[in-house]
Amino acid sequence: MSKFRKKEGKGLQKINTSSLPDIVFMLLFFFMVATTMRETEVQVRVKVPEATEVKKLEKKSLVSYIYIGRPVTHVERMYGTEPLIQLNDKLISDEGIPYESIQDFVLFEREKLPESDKSKMTMSLRIDENIPMGKVDDVKQALRRARALIINYSARKEYREKGRQR
Amino acid sequence: MARETPEVNGGSLADIAFLLLIFFLVTTTMDTDTGITRLLPPEPEKDQETEVKVNKRNVLVVLLNRSDRLMVGGYEMDRLDLKAKTIEFFTNPLNNENLPEMEETEIQFPIGSSAMLPPDGIWRGRVSKGVISLQNDRSTTYGKYLQVQNELVAAVNELRNNFCNFHFDMDYEELNTSNTIEGEIHDGIRKIYKMNISESDPKNIGGRN
Repeated sequence: MSKFRKKEGKGLQKINTSSLPDIVFMLLFFFMVATTMRETEVQVRVKVPEATEVKKLEKKSLVSYIYIGRPVTHVERMYGTEPLIQLNDKLISDEGIPYESIQDFVLFEREKLPESDKSKMTMSLRIDENIPMGKVDDVKQALRRARALIINYSARKEYREKGRQR
Repeated sequence: MARETPEVNGGSLADIAFLLLIFFLVTTTMDTDTGITRLLPPEPEKDQETEVKVNKRNVLVVLLNRSDRLMVGGYEMDRLDLKAKTIEFFTNPLNNENLPEMEETEIQFPIGSSAMLPPDGIWRGRVSKGVISLQNDRSTTYGKYLQVQNELVAAVNELRNNFCNFHFDMDYEELNTSNTIEGEIHDGIRKIYKMNISESDPKNIGGRN
């Protein structure tokens, strides 16, 4: 009898999974270090262009974001398909040049910075590559009027072969 | 014989860790912010209509029309040739009369920072008076516009980098501006090769569709 039982117990051998948590934790820590929290939900489709001369934006706290693109599907129903401007997390749907919204936005963001950093406030323009410049020019004019003069055209790093560079 | 302490069941630990992992995958983004930083000109005062007289030879008009075609100094040009053209414009190596005037300038660099400079650390040379005027139509696509901006910035960066390599044996990019000496070098080079790119107020330029 005892012989029989022993045989059955040996039939299926379990895989040792005791190192699985370690592996998963390692992955977890990798992602915690390598990524940043998503702060705003972007409601416009933005595919930024590529450029070779890009630099990293160093101080994230000085940066406010302006997105310009065509709305994503669920926003489309409300706003149509024309390009929209989003300031940090707020969509604006002004007709004409959005002087007032941007002025308010700049003042609000500038107020959040410490006195010493107010002049270093940077506006990161994340603009879809297929947007006509008219919309971009409007925003730039509004930023000039609001005295937010440091801007950053967001772009992905483009690697160009030496041979192609004339 | 002492009884063994019962082991804690660690089977669910993997599940917990997976849950955390998936949470972080969803709520975080990978992209680091990169881009080209530019300075907008301040808005002019209302009553002051500034009509700056600029010699014609000192201006290079870079024009992007509504069908995204590039015209530089009156001729159509491929985007990849723009960088070389810009470098030629800013250096005027042959003292061409149609390229910008060069002004004899002295710029003080930190003493002893370079073997290529005289002992007093003053660089004497020609600095361009050239200005690039970048114009675009309201229908130009942004992607194309940024590519052109990129070429212009690339040209100036290359000039600065060459100067820095030659005189200080280092890349312009690597200059650490929080260091006093390197900061002075950085500012000095910026005075020699200025990022003189002016953008006109937006207007409709037109062009073929």
